[in-house]
Amino acid sequence: MEVAVVGVDGSEAGSRAAEFAARHVRDASAQLVVVFVVPWSPYSVQTPEENERRRITKKQEVSTAWEDVVQPLLDRLQAEGTVAEGVVKHGHPAEVLCDIARERGASHLVVGRRGQSRVRALLFGSTPVNLIQMSDVPVTVVP
Amino acid sequence: MSGVLLAASIDETINDGFERVSTFVQDIIFYSVPIAGFPFPLVVGWLAFAAVFFTVYFRAINVRGFTHAIALVKGDYTGPDEVGEVSHFQALATAVSGTVGLGNIAGVAVAITVGGPGATFWMIIAGLLSMSTKFTECTLGVKYRRENADGSVSGGPMYYLSRGLAEQGKVRLGKFLAVAFAIFCIFGSLGGGNAFQSNQAFSQLRSVTGGDDGFLGGGSAGVVFGIVMALCVGVVIIGGIKRIAKVTDKLVPFMAVFYVTSCFIVLGGNLGEIPGAFRLIFDGAFSPEGITGGVVGVLITGFQRAAFSNEAGLGSAPIAHSAVQTNRPVTEGYVSLLEPFIDTVVVCTMTALTIVITGAYTQVGTEGVQLTSDAFATVLPWFPNVLAVAVVLFAFSTMLAWSYYGAKATAYLFNESKTADLVYKGIFLTFVVIGAASSLDVIIGFSDAMIFAMSIPNLIGVYLLVRVVKRELTEYESGLRSGEIAKIKTTAS
Repeated sequence: MEVAVVGVDGSEAGSRAAEFAARHVRDASAQLVVVFVVPWSPYSVQTPEENERRRITKKQEVSTAWEDVVQPLLDRLQAEGTVAEGVVKHGHPAEVLCDIARERGASHLVVGRRGQSRVRALLFGSTPVNLIQMSDVPVTVVP
Repeated sequence: MSGVLLAASIDETINDGFERVSTFVQDIIFYSVPIAGFPFPLVVGWLAFAAVFFTVYFRAINVRGFTHAIALVKGDYTGPDEVGEVSHFQALATAVSGTVGLGNIAGVAVAITVGGPGATFWMIIAGLLSMSTKFTECTLGVKYRRENADGSVSGGPMYYLSRGLAEQGKVRLGKFLAVAFAIFCIFGSLGGGNAFQSNQAFSQLRSVTGGDDGFLGGGSAGVVFGIVMALCVGVVIIGGIKRIAKVTDKLVPFMAVFYVTSCFIVLGGNLGEIPGAFRLIFDGAFSPEGITGGVVGVLITGFQRAAFSNEAGLGSAPIAHSAVQTNRPVTEGYVSLLEPFIDTVVVCTMTALTIVITGAYTQVGTEGVQLTSDAFATVLPWFPNVLAVAVVLFAFSTMLAWSYYGAKATAYLFNESKTADLVYKGIFLTFVVIGAASSLDVIIGFSDAMIFAMSIPNLIGVYLLVRVVKRELTEYESGLRSGEIAKIKTTAS
């Protein structure tokens, strides 16, 4: 079955992307993988207190992502008849999305656009822009 | 006017009282035997012997393990499940920002003032050997860390001394050593990890603002600076304002890189004199002139400052390293051996070269961070101002790191009591002020004594547990050879 991957982050733009992807997937009778990436770099500098509690923090981040974003979205999409599953992972958002797309043999990647300022995008990068640079499959950016 | 006099006398009272305590403590910890007419503090020999012993026992792990350590830090062996947990890089970075600090700037200057340029050579040798000590203690730190009920982890000598020795049936000895370590750690955190830091930060700030005639020149300025610094530290460690700690922790690596770059600039400005500087360092190491105690004196000075700077054998680093996510404790041992390398072999050597090459150490009357500052000023006249900012930041981050070590020791002693934690932190903040108000000699003496005392219970335990580390290392190395432990290939092509 054809697979599409959509990246969500709890924002409005993310759910628009998911709905767009769901429509596309239903039309093509394909499967949707809803991915929430918790931004994380192994090279960030942490305080010792943060290190000590990291395992707890990671668990909380994963469960918050599931409970607040991924599960409600899956419920809604499945109710509309979309074949969808969810994934929550830590890492660099664009890299993780590309990795999952590759692992699942996806033919399409969909993400939302937050519309952040140019300065912010320049300083912190933007997932859609990174994806376009890195992805092996077509990328759709939903405004 | 009377207000100024009163404040000045507060400075002096703190100074006098502190001096008496300091001398008393130093006499015990730095009990010395004369060798070649130079007093040889047994505790320095204790650390040096450990560094040599572990280097031999683990067949030069400091050299053999170096490239593997870098591969681990890069994340070459990090499995997909471990993403999102504390990485080797993060554990190392946290530990390094606790160690890279004034020891690298002021401590080196002290070493060269006392032992001449030759002290640099022995500092480097001590740094290289102590990588093996760090390897051993940090492996134990991870091996015997405690996973608390809430999922957080606590590690460090308190745990490997008590839990590790209990495994060997030495329950009471383990408990005794763990308690002794915790007590010394608390005092060490107040001295070298704190008072020395605020002392040197104030000294550099006062000097760039005009010295005795500047606005920080008055008698009470030390107290005022100390109070401001204590407020900043207090906001983070008691007020829980993590944001400040995060900002500092991010600035420290940047400052460290900036500092080393500045050293390169100064060295670049004196390119022709680099061979001469090396000659001074080598000649000074083996045939020093005008140094009390000759070679032995220089050697001891170098080893002492190296130990104070990279903390190997003291047991502080295992506390910071033990939070890493790994199911093979020895991997963090490998990573930790980079710490003395960065701290002593790279950063301290750069400072030393800068001081030696500019001839700043030949001036009479400058000491500590002032000396380093003068050395930089010969090539970069504006640098003392930047150094002042760097010194304050380094001091701040080192204080935060040591307040954490002290708080963990307090938590161990008082069963995680919240009250004890608050009392400890209150005392810690008081010492920030005491440090800024006292003179350098008194502070260095006291802080050295307390920090070196930590090495006594710590290393006794590490020796007793050294077979455990050997077993871990042997298993790990055979895993590497058989290919059972291999680099994780990322899916990215």
